[in-house]
Amino acid sequence: MRKWLFINNLGIYLGSLILPSLTAIYTILISLGLIIGGIWVGSNVNLLPVVASSNAPIYDELFKVLFIIGTLLFFGMLGLVVYSLIQFRRKPGQTGDGLAIEDNLPLEIFWTAVPAIVILFVGLYSYDIYERMGGMESLGANNQHHHQMASKQRIWGGIGSKDKSMQGANGTLIPVEVTAMQFAFLFHYPDGDIISGELHVPIGQPVTMKMESKDVIHAFWVPEFRLKQDVIPGQPTILNFTPTRVGKYPIICAELCGPYHGGMRSTVVVEELEDYQNWFAKNAKKPDLEV
Amino acid sequence: MTISIPPTTPNNSKSLQPQGWLRYFSFSLDHKVIGLQYLVCGFVFYLIGGALASAIRIELTSPVSDFMPRDVYNQILTLHGTIMIFLWIVPVVNGAFGNYLIPFFVGARDMAFPRLNAVAFWLIPPAGLMLITSYFINGAAQSGWTAYPPLSITTPAAGQIIWIISVLLLGGSSIFGGINFIATILKLRRPGLKLMQLPMYCWAMLGTSFLVVLSTPVLAGTLILLSFDIVAHTGFFNPVLGGNVIVYQHLFWFYSHPAVYIMVLPAFGLVSEILPVHSRKPLFGYNTMVYSIMAIVFLGLIVWAHHMFTSGTPPWMRLFFTIATAFIAVPTGIKFFNWVATLWGGRISVNTAILFSCGFIVNFVLGGITGVALAQVPFDIHVHDTYFVVAHFHYIVYGGSVFVIFSSIYHWYPKFTGRMLNENIGRLHFIITFIGFNLCFAPQHWLGLNGMPRRVAEYDPQFAFVNQLSSAGALLMAVSTIPFLWNIIYSAFKGPIAGDNPWQALTPEWLTSSPPPVENWPGEAPLVTKPYGYGQKPQKEKNPSIGNAKET
Ligand code: HEM
Ligand SMILES: [Cu+2]
Ligand SMILES: [Cu+2]
Repeated sequence: MRKWLFINNLGIYLGSLILPSLTAIYTILISLGLIIGGIWVGSNVNLLPVVASSNAPIYDELFKVLFIIGTLLFFGMLGLVVYSLIQFRRKPGQTGDGLAIEDNLPLEIFWTAVPAIVILFVGLYSYDIYERMGGMESLGANNQHHHQMASKQRIWGGIGSKDKSMQGANGTLIPVEVTAMQFAFLFHYPDGDIISGELHVPIGQPVTMKMESKDVIHAFWVPEFRLKQDVIPGQPTILNFTPTRVGKYPIICAELCGPYHGGMRSTVVVEELEDYQNWFAKNAKKPDLEV
Repeated sequence: MTISIPPTTPNNSKSLQPQGWLRYFSFSLDHKVIGLQYLVCGFVFYLIGGALASAIRIELTSPVSDFMPRDVYNQILTLHGTIMIFLWIVPVVNGAFGNYLIPFFVGARDMAFPRLNAVAFWLIPPAGLMLITSYFINGAAQSGWTAYPPLSITTPAAGQIIWIISVLLLGGSSIFGGINFIATILKLRRPGLKLMQLPMYCWAMLGTSFLVVLSTPVLAGTLILLSFDIVAHTGFFNPVLGGNVIVYQHLFWFYSHPAVYIMVLPAFGLVSEILPVHSRKPLFGYNTMVYSIMAIVFLGLIVWAHHMFTSGTPPWMRLFFTIATAFIAVPTGIKFFNWVATLWGGRISVNTAILFSCGFIVNFVLGGITGVALAQVPFDIHVHDTYFVVAHFHYIVYGGSVFVIFSSIYHWYPKFTGRMLNENIGRLHFIITFIGFNLCFAPQHWLGLNGMPRRVAEYDPQFAFVNQLSSAGALLMAVSTIPFLWNIIYSAFKGPIAGDNPWQALTPEWLTSSPPPVENWPGEAPLVTKPYGYGQKPQKEKNPSIGNAKET
């Protein structure tokens, strides 16, 4: 008898649908409120910086789903704990013990199954997101058909891009070689033999970066692109992305690399194709090479 | 029916031990003395680690590096992390409470290897002192508590080597402790006491000790290789000499992710002891609690590479570690639901102990949710090594373990000292800690998502205000130790006398005097087969020793 009351109270919907009582209705109402509230918060509170790459909106979808589930779970648990502390607190003059409930198999199966299903859903969903961001692409292969770099080396890492095997609007792919050192990033454009402290990229054009470190581990991070990749000495890594919004965004080193780690920053300038071409032409060593 | 263990005949080494409070400063073999030595020693290091944290938060009140030189900042950061993990949480949730409680829980008069136990404790103060003095000698290590090469090879060697030696000593200490717990729980159990009748903290400590014994030697080996790279210029990890820096990360996290569970599994166990007593209900779902500990131990050993999603890890590996990591949430979730079910329908005395335990539940749920999010590769790629991660793991280690340590101190203080703590000051302590903690760490999620990397002394000015909020929270947390310290010191002398069992608890440590005598029970050790038998009529024929369960 007590066990069934307990199930009801804790909100097993099935049980309460069979036995509709006032508590069951409250439970359903509260749960619905929680779900609607969670979805509202998840959809209306934006905790992320602007979207500036083709990866970012995909990332933000995942973030939204996780945020909704997280909000729901957090406030659900918070509510249960606070409610218990208020409802079941020992009132003045009360003596004796609580109910001697030691276990309840259906209930325990229920709350093993629900998290397992939620986790499975989240896992599959984030796999899909990862796939769409190009995470499962073999990056080494990506490079071979285009540029001279890294043809034989086995290169893991980074995130690829599924943009039609890295063909941009006009069929181009911009290669950049990134060198990280204490405490700066250097960008080398093999096409024009440009060396720059700032990364210039045209909007809508996929960029492929081969990154190597001269000393310790650094990490290349652009929050607005939602991308990060460690830059590792002795082991080049690849990072591909397609910028989608004109502007200047910070490049941040995200791996402790020494005393000036906090100052190791640079800028990525995303500009219209024309502006980029002007910048390129002005800086290129071999003026005959066009983008 | 009651089987009893006769008191051991007083042996020379024990009767020669100093008596009175002096014994807390001696090489005592009494598990209770060693437990309190761990606790007090850990708390001293906590105060030091906390002072360092305050220094870090002061530096971060402004976006420029103005409070201390940048390399000193990295040293303080490294010391803070190392002290908090290796000198505060691990020794206290394992060594302190494990030593004090486990022999009681299994019905033994001491640990299996009392001498090894004392050695394990006495490795800690010198290791900690050495670590701290390295700051004054030649500058402490400055490559973070992870000591990733090649940074740890290229920064000044003296501090890094001292760091390695002290971590090795501390690792040795916890291996000794782990072996001792396994032996005590499996071999010293009172005849008639089955494994599935043990208080939950025993199970937590059994699982934790297996993690310690399996993974700490890997850390030790790794750090020894690292020290060869530093002093003998070998090339295990040094890329200049052909070493592989990623191999270090794999080996390091093979220990250090389980270390997370070495910090929280015992905390889970302690909460499972505290909640039933103060809500006057049996621990809900004993069996699932045990199985979920085992599942956490197993999964905890195979998820390390989730710390390496941006280290050039191959895609298939990222996928495997995502799934394994996320699934830890299932056994963890079971435990949380079971705790809430333990509270449900209880007669809860809302005292400081239970407030800290409930605070733990709430904080840890948030830390766990962000953990599941971090396990998703695409999510982690954006926030890895940012303040989001800092927020996540502080919700776990502070909001989790530290809250539980406080809860446990409020719960067992009457047993330790024979006196009660002041409840009102305790609640004040809880409120300031809870507000300070959330004010300090909640805003850091936003910082990380929006572009503030971790381990930096200077940052983009747009983050100044939120960092100041966070520092204000840290200040509150620092202030919160004042009422606590006052309470434990004042009450030790002036607190009301507690009596043997002020909470009317049923676990065996309460069935003796407070504080307990040497060898734990004046006469025979009681056989407690139902440590959570609240709300049940005492069944005299079956369990003579739980006669003081209260009638409803
Ligand atoms: C149980 C107590 C826990 C503690 C003490 C803890 C501690 C930590 C620490 C210290 C880091 C920082 C790694 C770094 O230095 O980069 C971290 C990261 C991480 N934690 Fe936890 N954690 C805990 C629980 C969890 C749980 C329950 C999950 C998932 C279900 C989880 C998933 C992760 C992941 C995926 C990362 C990688 C984040 C990153 O470095 O980008 N953790 N954790
Ligand atoms: Cu760097
Ligand atoms: Cu850096």
